[in-house]
Amino acid sequence: MSHTVPRLELIGITKRYPTIVANEDVSLTVLPGEIHAVLGENGAGKSTLMKIIYGAVKADAGTVLLDGHEVNIANPAQARRLGIGMVFQHFSLFETLTVAENIALVLDEPFDLPALATRVKEVSEHYGLPLDPNRMVHSLSVGERQRVEIVRCLLQKPKLLILDEPTSVLTPQAVVKLFETLRQLASEGVSILYISHKLHEIQSLCDHATILRNGKVTGKAVPREETPGSLARMMIGRELPVCEAPIYEGEHRPVLTVEGLTLEPTSPFGTALKDISLTVNAGEILGIAGISGNGQAELLLALSGEVTVEKETIRLDGKPIGHLNSGQRRNRGIVYVPEERLGRGAVPPLSLSHNALLTAHRQGMKNWGLVRYGKARDYADECVNRFDVRGADASTNARSLSGGNLQKFIVGREIMLKPEVMIVAQPTWGVDVGASAILRQALLDLSRTGVAILVVSEELEELFEIADRIAVLAQGRLSPAQPRAELNAEKVGLQMAGLFDHADDGRTAASMELNNASA
Amino acid sequence: MIEHLIPILAGTLGAAVPLIFAGLGELVAERTGVINLGVEGMMLVGAIAGFAAAAESGYGVTAGLPAGALAGAATAMIFGFFALSLAANQAACGLALTIFGIGLSAFIGQHYVAYSLPGLKPIAIPLLSDIPLLGPILFKQDWVVYLSFLAFAGIAWTLAKTRLGLLLKAIGESPESAHAIGYPVISIRFGAVAFGGAMAGIAGAYLSTVYTPLWVQNMSAGRGWIAVALVVFASWKPARLMLGAYLFGAVTILQFHAQGLGIMVPVQFLAALPYVATIVVLVVISRDRRVLQNNLPASLGKPFLP
Repeated sequence: MSHTVPRLELIGITKRYPTIVANEDVSLTVLPGEIHAVLGENGAGKSTLMKIIYGAVKADAGTVLLDGHEVNIANPAQARRLGIGMVFQHFSLFETLTVAENIALVLDEPFDLPALATRVKEVSEHYGLPLDPNRMVHSLSVGERQRVEIVRCLLQKPKLLILDEPTSVLTPQAVVKLFETLRQLASEGVSILYISHKLHEIQSLCDHATILRNGKVTGKAVPREETPGSLARMMIGRELPVCEAPIYEGEHRPVLTVEGLTLEPTSPFGTALKDISLTVNAGEILGIAGISGNGQAELLLALSGEVTVEKETIRLDGKPIGHLNSGQRRNRGIVYVPEERLGRGAVPPLSLSHNALLTAHRQGMKNWGLVRYGKARDYADECVNRFDVRGADASTNARSLSGGNLQKFIVGREIMLKPEVMIVAQPTWGVDVGASAILRQALLDLSRTGVAILVVSEELEELFEIADRIAVLAQGRLSPAQPRAELNAEKVGLQMAGLFDHADDGRTAASMELNNASA
Repeated sequence: MIEHLIPILAGTLGAAVPLIFAGLGELVAERTGVINLGVEGMMLVGAIAGFAAAAESGYGVTAGLPAGALAGAATAMIFGFFALSLAANQAACGLALTIFGIGLSAFIGQHYVAYSLPGLKPIAIPLLSDIPLLGPILFKQDWVVYLSFLAFAGIAWTLAKTRLGLLLKAIGESPESAHAIGYPVISIRFGAVAFGGAMAGIAGAYLSTVYTPLWVQNMSAGRGWIAVALVVFASWKPARLMLGAYLFGAVTILQFHAQGLGIMVPVQFLAALPYVATIVVLVVISRDRRVLQNNLPASLGKPFLP
């Protein structure tokens, strides 16, 4: 028996919601200075468990021990007083305030911004997370915003730091840098709970791991002694599915081309697109890598037709279509799967057959302006069957589907339109491993029938799995697309920081950021 | 010429007082993301409550203003219950509150129609009031005008320099984030709405106990709406709001003088002039969409439940 009192001990934590059990009898132990992974798929109950520790959610049963004492954490403010800090996956920052102001709002101490700014600088430099305390948060990159969140926690001198999927917004280089910071913190005695579904990260960073599946603990492991395969089995209960990319044997011809696309952002905090050119060929998947907020939203608006541009800027089979709106572009065979499933990809309170109608009405579902509901129902049913949408039929409301199943329906609906070009944003965001594999395979199969596919994704692994060529969107500029075989995570990471051959005036700012990240 | 100008400018300060109080109160509420369209109603409830307290207690304005503030805040709590606790649509709740306030104040006011109050005498501040030109304009006013200067200075300073001001702005931008870091968003919004109600109540009480000083049904005559509009066109900045309020006050006084001089323009047109002039000028100075968007509390009008 060890004599060390655990920093955090959870015993038999249970949390039930009306329809699901989020946590059932979960126990785990974290020692001082330990980096402990909580590994699990989306929906496995990781976030609920962390919110219980942080006092944002109340457990139905179970005990939380902090340094050996039972604690009853009623709210996040109390958790912070007890020395628990949390970095959320979705930042809780205020964009119109400065870095120092954001931090001042969480500290229980007299309000003195200049003194705080000095301390922010000191602490951020000590941990290799350089920050300018007087910058407005809306002008920061996503990686810098995360630094603000982390420094904000560190200024409260936490004993336990919880990080929820912290690397989903970081470039590969920034991930390396973050891990160094976390190891430094652990060596100073801070315990870290690290939530992730990324196996290689957990293997390189964490001392111990607790694996959750459907709210229950399915395993405890020392990640370095496991293989990704064995961790994945504990996480999803079977082998990690792999996609197959058949060779395309059809004709190689450019289908969708963009030339010199420059666009002012539509929202005040958006990113301007600068001189973007790209080509998507028949039978291939072009991946656009990069972290959201670098012009992804604007590029997708311009490609889908929600924002129209100069006629000649975008061409389909050589014909100008830049001036056409999204309906007109759909008439010509360009389909689009947006990032937001509920609200843009599908209408939440409507049934799947009504949702099918939204884009598939072009498939003979109208007769003299009247809707042919039978056709819509058949279409939805066929889509449900072909794309393995579970627990649903044509009359199910879109809202009641899980993220993965709804995405299968939306992607399936668009595939069944027999498009010439398909544009997909974040195809597997928040989707479990099994559904992700089905979706990726569906995109690969579709492309090999000669369809030109453009995928915008933050998940680099995903693009390396399905894309034939990859370009990187950084600060509103697009790097030249390169074949996947010539790229690796490190090269793409450098481009994400804005360092690519064509970069000119964007270069200084970008390389400074990179230096900061690796300083 | 100057001797004509001094009374006009001096009168401007008084005519602007209701807009200053109501506008500053609404500005604070909107900074936290709550738009309360019930300002007109709260002003009227404050006006009749203030008038009744002043008339019944015998202490005049000294009793009238606090009574107006209390009544305004209490009226605002009705809005708070529906729009904040139950997260109902803020625009609808605010409109309903205005209609309610008009009706309630008219009902209570029936007894007071024949009354009139003595009003307030200007207090000349020693030395300062002797400054040529500025002295008689700025420093020979009733004490509520001086209070309006203090209210502006206090609110502007609080919003710009204190943790509370920062917190109000933060909640207005993202109640979700404020909740996540542990602030009681609903309670703070309640506080801001109550403050807005109290300020609107003071504005109303000033109208009924100092400015006129008598009770007339629906006597705020749309000033509550102008206050709401001022806040938006002032881009949620207290200094710009003051500018708008004084502009309104100046045109109000000018058109009185114009009527007195017998200028051959229909009275209705002259009476409408302050409203038109204020809106036009503010629209022109706030036409920069970027400034407007950068200052707009991002969660304005959106219901939030933790």
